[in-house]
Amino acid sequence: MKKYTDTGKKDTRSGFGAGLVLAGRENPKVLALTADLKPSVKMGDFAKEFPDRFVECGIAEANMVGVASGLAVTGMVPFCGSFAEFITGRVYDQIRQEVSYGNTNVKLASSHAGITLGEDGATHQTMEDIALMRALPGMVVLVPCDYNQTVQATLAAARYVGPVYIRFGRPSVPNFTDPDEPFEIGKIYNMNPGTDVTLVATGHLVWEALQAAEQLEAEGVSAEVLNVATIKPFDSKALLESVGKTGCAVVAEEHNAQGGLGEAVAGVLAANRPAPVEFINGGDRFGESGTPAQLMEAYGLDAAHIVAAARKAIARK
Amino acid sequence: MKTIEELKAIASQVRRDIIRMVTTAKSGHPGGSLSSTDILTALYFSEMKQDPATWRRDALGQDAFIPSAGHLAPVYYAVLARAGYFEPAKLGTLRKFGTDLQGHPSVGHVKGIFQPSGSLGQGLAAAAGIALGKKLQGQPERAFVLLGDGESEEGEIWETAMWAAHHKLDNLVAMTDWNGMQIDGPIESVTAVGELDEKWLAFGWDVIVADGHDFESILGAFELARKQDGKPKMILFKTEMGHGVDFMRGNHGWHGKAPSADECAAALAQLEETLGDF
Repeated sequence: MKKYTDTGKKDTRSGFGAGLVLAGRENPKVLALTADLKPSVKMGDFAKEFPDRFVECGIAEANMVGVASGLAVTGMVPFCGSFAEFITGRVYDQIRQEVSYGNTNVKLASSHAGITLGEDGATHQTMEDIALMRALPGMVVLVPCDYNQTVQATLAAARYVGPVYIRFGRPSVPNFTDPDEPFEIGKIYNMNPGTDVTLVATGHLVWEALQAAEQLEAEGVSAEVLNVATIKPFDSKALLESVGKTGCAVVAEEHNAQGGLGEAVAGVLAANRPAPVEFINGGDRFGESGTPAQLMEAYGLDAAHIVAAARKAIARK
Repeated sequence: MKTIEELKAIASQVRRDIIRMVTTAKSGHPGGSLSSTDILTALYFSEMKQDPATWRRDALGQDAFIPSAGHLAPVYYAVLARAGYFEPAKLGTLRKFGTDLQGHPSVGHVKGIFQPSGSLGQGLAAAAGIALGKKLQGQPERAFVLLGDGESEEGEIWETAMWAAHHKLDNLVAMTDWNGMQIDGPIESVTAVGELDEKWLAFGWDVIVADGHDFESILGAFELARKQDGKPKMILFKTEMGHGVDFMRGNHGWHGKAPSADECAAALAQLEETLGDF
């Protein structure tokens, strides 16, 4: 089992903030737009270093996305930052028309995704955003797994020409990937080779999947761990290679069952290499108030549940 | 610079194009296209800094225009074709499978189109983004956008109204085709937009009211809108739905209906062919 060390818990939204500053230094056309959430989406450092390239949009997300599309038409590279719910569900049609169909170089920076937003409750906890963004033709959907990878994914999003949705979160989570590894859009990162079951995870559940793999190893089960940091375009080849070897899979995500990574994986496997798959996700319901740890446990989004799901998947082979 | 007589001649041909396009397509939106024909003719043939030969989607060195009310595609396409962005012969393909002229404006098919439009209320924000992009990059050109008055019921319009004034975008020129009609009837009976001039003034814009069927009035409004005073511009053009065809005038039933062959002939008899039909 490959060893990963948590170098200290950090919030992935701060990884975005750090990556955005690097992107701003690299390309003078990078802009930051927010809808009255500058501190929450960690745009403060960018605004301080590049005050003329920070565009406050006030509490008007539809206008922000439209303005970003126009800025992109003129050659700028705007990042629009807000909470995941307000940068997807609230402005879905604006994204569809002005960003996706218009194919403008707009980056949708999505913070506070999932239930681990915590105490604010269901109004602010979107568990549907990946489904919404995956459904849009041409939209790149990135869900990096920790702080370091979020820095690199933000840089990659800035360099890529076209619409990108990048999802990150509020809670501090283990930081364990190589800070210098460049982010490759469209690649599944194989975190640990194994032969009995493939654990497919995205976002901070990659850490939970690695913990699960360690526990399974102690039971004599060899688990391969895939980090799907790009949900779209989906790296079917890497998934099929892995499941071709292991014969079954568990998919773990902080998202509802409908339209998320689970269905992406199931679709690829059903079409190419049918295999038993177990799903770790939020099901079909809204979130609620609580601490991130309480909610992760209540919704079964942790290593213990991944271990149990892996046993089930293996038994179904 | 075209003379007013020349603009009138172009507008007459554009109106013929609209009628023939929509009749051939058997669907589309003639009412608002006819009410905004004179505005767009004056815009493209007199006011805008534009050149099809050097057009780029990023609007470098040129003004940009977005028809936020994208169902005005017939007049938009006809004006683009007559201005030289593509062959007028293409106009006969409007809305047909495989066409470059989609039912509502889309990018990547013909030159001249900066953003898709048709889902109402969104073009103003996109134009405001272009205006800011030009300012940030030190480009002197402007962004123009045409709204429907019914479209002004959309909330996003007023988000942008507030934001563009806050950011002092005096290189943004919005125009409203104020014909008083929408699909379900007169605007004042559907959801009244009220006194649009007072609303835009209250949002911090320079407001100009003009006659959208009188070229002297239209050109005078454009001249006033060149003022660089730190305020975005709204030109409210008083217009008449279906203008130029007697049986379509002022009738909201022609918002989105194609004429029959007989109606087409009756309409064309009222519009002089000046540049040669496509």
